[in-house]
Amino acid sequence: MNTLALPAPRLSLRRQASNLLYRRRGLLLLALLGPVLLWFGVVYLGSLFALLANAFFRLDDFTGQVVREVGVGNFVALLEPANLDSAWRTIVMAVVVTLACTVLAFPLAYYMARRARGTQKALLYIAVMLPLWSSYLVRLYAWKLLLAKEGAISWVATKLHLQWLLDLVLTTPAVGGPSLSFSTLGTFIVFVYMWLPFMVLPIMASIERIPASTLEASADLGALPATTFRNVILPLAMPGVAAGSIFTFSLTLGDYIIPQVIGDSTLFIGQIVYRQQGVAGNLPFAAAFSLVPIVVIAAYLWFAKKRGAFDAL
Amino acid sequence: MRSSWLRDKALPLAAWAVVLFLHIPLALIILYAFSAEDKSYVFPPPALTLQWFAVAWGRDDVWAAIRLSFSVAAFSTAIALVLGTLAAAALARARFFGRDVISLLLVLPIALPGILTGIALRSAYHTLEIPFSFWTIVIGHATFCVVVVFNNAVARLRRLNPNLIEASMDLGADGFQTLRYVVLPQLGSALLAGALLAFALSFDEVIVTTFTAGQQTTLPIWMLQELIRPRQRPVTNVVAVVIIALTFVPIVIAYTLTRADEPGHR
Amino acid sequence: MSAAVSLDRVSCVFGTGPQAVRAVDGVDLEVGAGEFFTLLGPSGSGKTTVLRMIGGFTLPTAGRICIGGQDVSLQPPYARPVNTVFQDYALFPHMSVRDNVAYPLMVRKVARAQRESRADELLALVQLPGVGDRRPAQLSGGQRQRVALARALVGQPQLLLLDEPLGALDLKLREQMQSELKALQRRLGITFIFITHDQHEALSMSDRIGVFNKGRLEQVATPQQVYNAPATRFVAQFVGAANVLEGEVAQRLTGRAAAMLRPERITLGGEAQARARGNVSEVQYFGSFTRLRVDLGDTHLQADLPAGTAAPQAGQSVHLHWDDGALHALQST
Repeated sequence: MNTLALPAPRLSLRRQASNLLYRRRGLLLLALLGPVLLWFGVVYLGSLFALLANAFFRLDDFTGQVVREVGVGNFVALLEPANLDSAWRTIVMAVVVTLACTVLAFPLAYYMARRARGTQKALLYIAVMLPLWSSYLVRLYAWKLLLAKEGAISWVATKLHLQWLLDLVLTTPAVGGPSLSFSTLGTFIVFVYMWLPFMVLPIMASIERIPASTLEASADLGALPATTFRNVILPLAMPGVAAGSIFTFSLTLGDYIIPQVIGDSTLFIGQIVYRQQGVAGNLPFAAAFSLVPIVVIAAYLWFAKKRGAFDAL
Repeated sequence: MRSSWLRDKALPLAAWAVVLFLHIPLALIILYAFSAEDKSYVFPPPALTLQWFAVAWGRDDVWAAIRLSFSVAAFSTAIALVLGTLAAAALARARFFGRDVISLLLVLPIALPGILTGIALRSAYHTLEIPFSFWTIVIGHATFCVVVVFNNAVARLRRLNPNLIEASMDLGADGFQTLRYVVLPQLGSALLAGALLAFALSFDEVIVTTFTAGQQTTLPIWMLQELIRPRQRPVTNVVAVVIIALTFVPIVIAYTLTRADEPGHR
Repeated sequence: MSAAVSLDRVSCVFGTGPQAVRAVDGVDLEVGAGEFFTLLGPSGSGKTTVLRMIGGFTLPTAGRICIGGQDVSLQPPYARPVNTVFQDYALFPHMSVRDNVAYPLMVRKVARAQRESRADELLALVQLPGVGDRRPAQLSGGQRQRVALARALVGQPQLLLLDEPLGALDLKLREQMQSELKALQRRLGITFIFITHDQHEALSMSDRIGVFNKGRLEQVATPQQVYNAPATRFVAQFVGAANVLEGEVAQRLTGRAAAMLRPERITLGGEAQARARGNVSEVQYFGSFTRLRVDLGDTHLQADLPAGTAAPQAGQSVHLHWDDGALHALQST
């Protein structure tokens, strides 16, 4: 075989750069991470810092300008009854939504984990993911139409001669409202609908992890199905529930759009934050109030971690 | 036996009922887009028509909103692609101090409630006296889209045989040539999937956007305004269906790409 | 014959502090141009690290590496006139076989027509004509190995490194590839550095062997020398079976402080002039030979009897004979 004349490689700038980066791996890492860290440091951490700083500033009532003096006025204002009410209302909603999601998600998750096979399981998986892949606002809009006075739910209720039940529910204080589409109950239903997929998947994952032999052993030792469910399946599914609840809890706490669109005139945390930074121009107070969900979520995360939620993620 | 009734009848029933619950609203919206009724949430719709599609086509504000959402998503995705790939290249295999912290940092913008990211950015813009603009939106979107690209890229990079990079260098290709001829072709589908997901995420995002857009109207913001103060309900229905298609299609493609990429699938 | 590769007090230490691993510890090595040199040793002995340092994938922490007279110690792989055949072949899955083989030419900006015809020539050389258009995934293990070889040769390297290339092949294919590789090396005249942990492979293919143990080179010699005159106890026991005699036993049986005796050099005979006497504790039949374990009281010896000689039963008493020349003195450790 004759030899081929090969062009000798030129020591171009590119080659030199490559040589340098090959020898000094640290430099390579810096080149890769530099832009990323710069962006996240400046944009994200920087803005979080700005948020924190603003929480301690205050708004001058006369000039409408933010006064950059450190004080705890905003936090004191947080303790006003209206604000405490709103915070409490939001937390209660988050808890109730989480419970409802768990109850609804469980049968589906269990069915997917233990009963569905092959194509049916894949189909169900996609069926659960599909709503997540559609726009959040569109789904919200769909419910707005569903819940409206002349909407589908009303129509169903009339057809089933249950209109009186609907009216009764709507007149209940703290739950009802002028119509389903402007009520706390409506808000609750929409929240549950939105976050349900987030609860199904982790529960399904943790039930999948229970080896079939464990359930067989339980039956073998004489336990009734209900007992097996209560003593074996439920505890082992708890990490999945905890994982899913992180989503439902924090998503509900931070959401201001659903209460605004579906809710009655009572305010949730998110709505107050949004209004304060916008119309009222009181950015410092909005900043301070927005820390409330953070603290609550952090506490919840700590609690969930104790329950082993992060193992199921 | 009662338990077998529970297991064989009640359980599948409950499961499918939940699935139905998840899908009926979407089906309804698609139905409503064809409703002839002006009030349009009347159920059942009295007649079906395509007229509202034509009306929506003529609405300039809708088109403006679509254009804005599109450009924001395009730029945000581009930035997220660069940053996400760089981060993935750095973190995929190297073990160094602070690696987990950086992973956490990347996921925070999406993990923390949107309202927090939104108001943080708002505070920063306000403090630095930066006026709202196209770029204030893009900056926010790019930040939470990075992790989407990052996850896809890292997953693919971890499966990449490290010997391939060594072999390429051994055969005479320097670092950049190796990147071009060996690494990027392998990464291609993962980056595409990540880009599609990032695009869909940005296109659909509303919470952070409302804090960073000022007076500008992206498509989700348009939708939100319609929800609060409806103008022409039927047009909103049509736009809703269009949004479903525009966010749904990229996600499905990304999903198929990731599935096809996984080992054992071919 | 100038050295194709020379390593001068090369070390490679991973990590720092008390947990630092001295993968390669002060190795001196010279490989002549056109030699088929084998790095032999158990896993973790450092042979792979040495190969990687020659290739440029790992940088040495001390010492100098020269290829063709040039100091390449810190140069990246693409700057060295060395190509490597990897253990898992590392073929690019997204390129055709032909593009894989033509890759080194492509990165050097050789024109397409020229590099493709060259790739085809190489594929014919490794006896794989006609697979150019396929993808690596469509080839068998043996075929992939040949493609990897072709790809490593197309750039006309001065030196070829082969990292246990035959490890994944089954026995018959291995033996076939062994003779093919040897023939190829003779024909091309390129220096080959070959890694294996299989001593039979090393003995049959190499011009010279470097035996590694725990990061150190214990012996560099021809296969005959390594087998008949091992430098250390480790080499004696790693390459072939050996009876290693030390201390009092060695004195009694051989008159030396430490010695090695290969089992196949022991024969059975009568009582007269027998070197040792003992009882057979184990008999193993291997077809071409029968291995005996003979218990001498204070030690035991292994004896391999060729096919055709009468093998004793277990429990029998036997007398062992060997020549003086069969003994090889070992340095007492």
